[in-house]
Amino acid sequence: MNPDRATLIMVGGIVALLALSSLITAVLKSRQPTGTISPVIANLDARVRAWWVMVAIFSAALFTGGLGSIILFALTSFFALREFLTLTPTRPADHRALFWAFFVVVPLQYVLVAQQWYGLFAIFIPVYVFLFIPIRCALGADPQHFLERTAKIQWALMVCVYFVSHVPALLMLDIPGFHGANARLVLFLVLVAQLSDVLQYVWGKLCGRHKIAPVLSPSKTWEGFIGGTLSASAVGAGLWWATPFNPWQAGALSFIITLMGFFGGLVMSAIKRDRGVKDYGALIEGHGGVMDRIDSICFAAPVFFHLVRFFFT
Amino acid sequence: MIFGATDGMSFTSELLAAAIRLGCGVRLLPDEALPVAPCVFFANHSSHLDFATIWAALPPAQRHRVRPVAGRDYWEKTPLRRWLAVRVFHAVLIERQKVTVATNPLAPMVAALDAGASLIVFPEGTRSADGKLQPFKSGLHHLARARPTTPLVPIFLDNLNRILPKGDFLPVPLVATLAVGAPLVFDAVEPKPDFLARAHHALAALQRP
Repeated sequence: MNPDRATLIMVGGIVALLALSSLITAVLKSRQPTGTISPVIANLDARVRAWWVMVAIFSAALFTGGLGSIILFALTSFFALREFLTLTPTRPADHRALFWAFFVVVPLQYVLVAQQWYGLFAIFIPVYVFLFIPIRCALGADPQHFLERTAKIQWALMVCVYFVSHVPALLMLDIPGFHGANARLVLFLVLVAQLSDVLQYVWGKLCGRHKIAPVLSPSKTWEGFIGGTLSASAVGAGLWWATPFNPWQAGALSFIITLMGFFGGLVMSAIKRDRGVKDYGALIEGHGGVMDRIDSICFAAPVFFHLVRFFFT
Repeated sequence: MIFGATDGMSFTSELLAAAIRLGCGVRLLPDEALPVAPCVFFANHSSHLDFATIWAALPPAQRHRVRPVAGRDYWEKTPLRRWLAVRVFHAVLIERQKVTVATNPLAPMVAALDAGASLIVFPEGTRSADGKLQPFKSGLHHLARARPTTPLVPIFLDNLNRILPKGDFLPVPLVATLAVGAPLVFDAVEPKPDFLARAHHALAALQRP
């Protein structure tokens, strides 16, 4: 699949936005007193640099067509699952169940995406893996915290694998008049969700006063939430020409993506606070772990997928 | 020999070290974190991957000279284990069970140090089944007394018992962490139990709360 004009324009827009961010960061850095740099600016600098890398990898995957995107999101699931299960206490009796989760469940779920086998894709983890994990754990013959352990493993698989796999699953939707262009839906979803994260951060830093959930996530403010979701939804509405939607539909779907993204961030923060950590990992400089970067996509992807599938196919 | 100081092998060994670091999720230690000279790294032991993880995280200068100290009884039991220990890991194998003057475990360790190698020792003596730090055997004290100026560097490994637990052979790719403490200085007048308690404390202090 060759990248079409609309995809190129969107990726070009992202690159222009990143160039602007790098420019702003450079100006902010030059305004700092010589020899010192505030932690906020240093973190911003690291974040923008990491964005360049992430956009490069994502664009490359997108331009290689379906298989590239599927492999990229399979790897994303693998690394997210790794961070999630590292934070989650399990017992030695769960070891083999974890082995299956990493080396069988993750690849199989993405094979189903590649095969475009919707029926099994939709129930494999919620039904069959849900049955298999407690069976494998029970064979370990350790009853201590049994329900808790199996629930945690199932949760990890739902969030890191099942939900994330709904992003490349957009490629299997058969939308009339949109054949061969589904990669733009992947780009639309990821762009709106990530832009909403960035804009919530920017609005929050600029005029955030009232905290939404100080215990769970001290950086989330009402100003950041409202400014971020609305401005990202506006951008999403403005991208209607690249999608099968009209401007209103694009705006409404974007709003749902940003809302689910916000709640995804909140839920994943609650888990981090419970485990007493700030980030899920340290793989992405300035951002934390993979899970810290995709928490919004995890929650937005299945809802967006099913709305598009229900109303547009 | 895969692990070793020969130049021809250094590219392969760099690649292998990077792969192990990626697999276990540990970072390369900066040169400043460690002494340059030969030293004794002492670490908690919960997995067969412990040595490989420390080896991969060490900066190249230390990595090229480091050798693990391992129990002869376990590592000579099968041809595969023997090949791994002697050819791949270049281990210093010591007697754990029938210690006599002729099989004094101290002699090969001291000889390796004198030849310019660094050592990795696991003073608990064996792998801990649940990942909790066990009491130290006295080997670390004998070694420190024999070479009192060699820096003793504590290294705490977390999560490796979950990645590859004792008794299993399938690894699960969780993220491990590796913490290095300040070198211990040997004090000749300090009684053995006090020294071992101090070393144990230095290692336990690196554990995340």
